[in-house]
Amino acid sequence: MATKDEVLSGLAEIVNEIAGIPAEDVELDKSFTDDLDVDSLSMVEVVVAAEERFGVKIPDDEVKNLKTVGDAVDFILANS
Amino acid sequence: MTTVPSITPSTGAAFARILGVGGYRPVRVIPNAEVLNWIDSSDEWIRTRSGITERRWAGPEETVAEMSVQAAAKAIAQSGIAPEQIGGVIVATVSHLKQTPAIATEIAQRLGCGTAPAFDISAACAGFGYGLSLADGMVRTGSAEYVVVIGVERLSDLTDVTDRSTAFIFGDGAGAVVVGPSETPGIGKVVWGSDGSQKDVISQTQAWDTAFAKPDAVNGAGAEVKWPALRMEGQAVFRWAVYEMAKAAQRALDAAGITADQLGAFIPHQANMRIIDAMIKTLKLPEGIPVARDIAETGNTSAASIPLAMERMLQSGEAKSGDLALIIGFGAGLVYAAAVVTLP
Repeated sequence: MATKDEVLSGLAEIVNEIAGIPAEDVELDKSFTDDLDVDSLSMVEVVVAAEERFGVKIPDDEVKNLKTVGDAVDFILANS
Repeated sequence: MTTVPSITPSTGAAFARILGVGGYRPVRVIPNAEVLNWIDSSDEWIRTRSGITERRWAGPEETVAEMSVQAAAKAIAQSGIAPEQIGGVIVATVSHLKQTPAIATEIAQRLGCGTAPAFDISAACAGFGYGLSLADGMVRTGSAEYVVVIGVERLSDLTDVTDRSTAFIFGDGAGAVVVGPSETPGIGKVVWGSDGSQKDVISQTQAWDTAFAKPDAVNGAGAEVKWPALRMEGQAVFRWAVYEMAKAAQRALDAAGITADQLGAFIPHQANMRIIDAMIKTLKLPEGIPVARDIAETGNTSAASIPLAMERMLQSGEAKSGDLALIIGFGAGLVYAAAVVTLP
C-alpha cells in the first residue's frame, strides 16, 4: 500500500511525462486545468497512466471530480 | 429415398486487394476563424485540442450522391477497370438524411455499374473498414468480381454550430476504393467489433421522430423543432479510442503477420490529432512510419476519413503504391474495424 507521499510523487512523474510540467510543481492544492495546464484530454492520459501505476480503476464519470492533484491522490489512496 | 441435390458452390478470387482510391473534397473551406463566429473559443484552443486548422463543408450541389460519384469515378479510373465490371456498391454513411431508398443505388446507376447490388451501411467512423471487410468477402466468395466501397459524409448537416465541443470538429467529403481480385493477399483479416454498452458516448442528440413529432418533449412547450446533431463525450471517446483501439490495431497487425516496422503507412480514422498522437505512443509505432494527418485541413469526416487520407498520402508521395498500411476506424456505436492493406 502506497503512502500519500509515494502517490503524490508517482503522480508528479506521470504529469511531468505527459504534460511536461516540472514534477516539483505538482502539489496537492494545484488544479490540473488551471494551475498545471493539463487539459481534458491530457487528463485522460494521466488517469490511464495512474490506473496502471497504482492498480486502481478511475471511471470516466469520476475523472471530472478530480479537480486538484489532492483529489486524485485521495481517490487513488481510497481505491487502491 | 431421394438424395438432396448439392448446391454448386460460389467461388471467387483467392485473394483481394484495393485496386484504386479516389476522394472528393468540397470546394468551400471553413477556417477556424469562421468557426469562431459561432462559438466562444480561439484558433489556438481548437488547434491544441484537435489539430484542426480548417475543414471543408459541402454546398447545396455537393450532395452525398454527387460527392460519392466524384470520388468513386476516380477510384474506378485508377483501378483500370470499366464501371460495368463492378459487381457491388457499398456506401458507408451516417449523414445521408433520406433513409429510403439507399443512396447506393443512385450512385451505382450514375457510375454506370449496371444492375450491381448496391446498399448503404451505418457504421459511423468505422464504416469504411466495415465496407472493406464485406467487399473482401464478396470478391473472395465470388459474389462479385469488383466492389466499390465509398465512405461519404455531410456532417455539417448534423453539426450544432453552437456546441463548442463539436462545432469545430466535423467536415464533409467522400473517399472511395475499388476492391478486386489479387494474386497475393492485399487485405489482411479485418479485426472489427462493437460495444453497445457505450452506445451513448457518441450519438445523435435525438431521433428524427422525437425531434419532429414531439418537439415539446425535447425542447420545452412551444419551442421550435431542434434539428438533431451529433454529440460526444470527449474524455470517454478519447480513452476508448487511444487505449482500446491501439489493442485492436495490434490485433490487426498480428492477424496479418506483419510487424509495425514493416508498415509503409499508418492511416487511422481522422478523429482528432490528439487521439492520433496518443495512439501512436500507445501502439509504440516506430519513428519514421508515415502517419496520416489529413485532419488538419479536412476535419473529422467519419466514414470518408480513411480513404481521403489514403488518397492524400499517395498523392503527396508520403506513402507509395504497394506499401503496407495499417488502417483503423472507430466511432459511434461504439464500433471499430482495423486491417493491414496493400496500398493501391
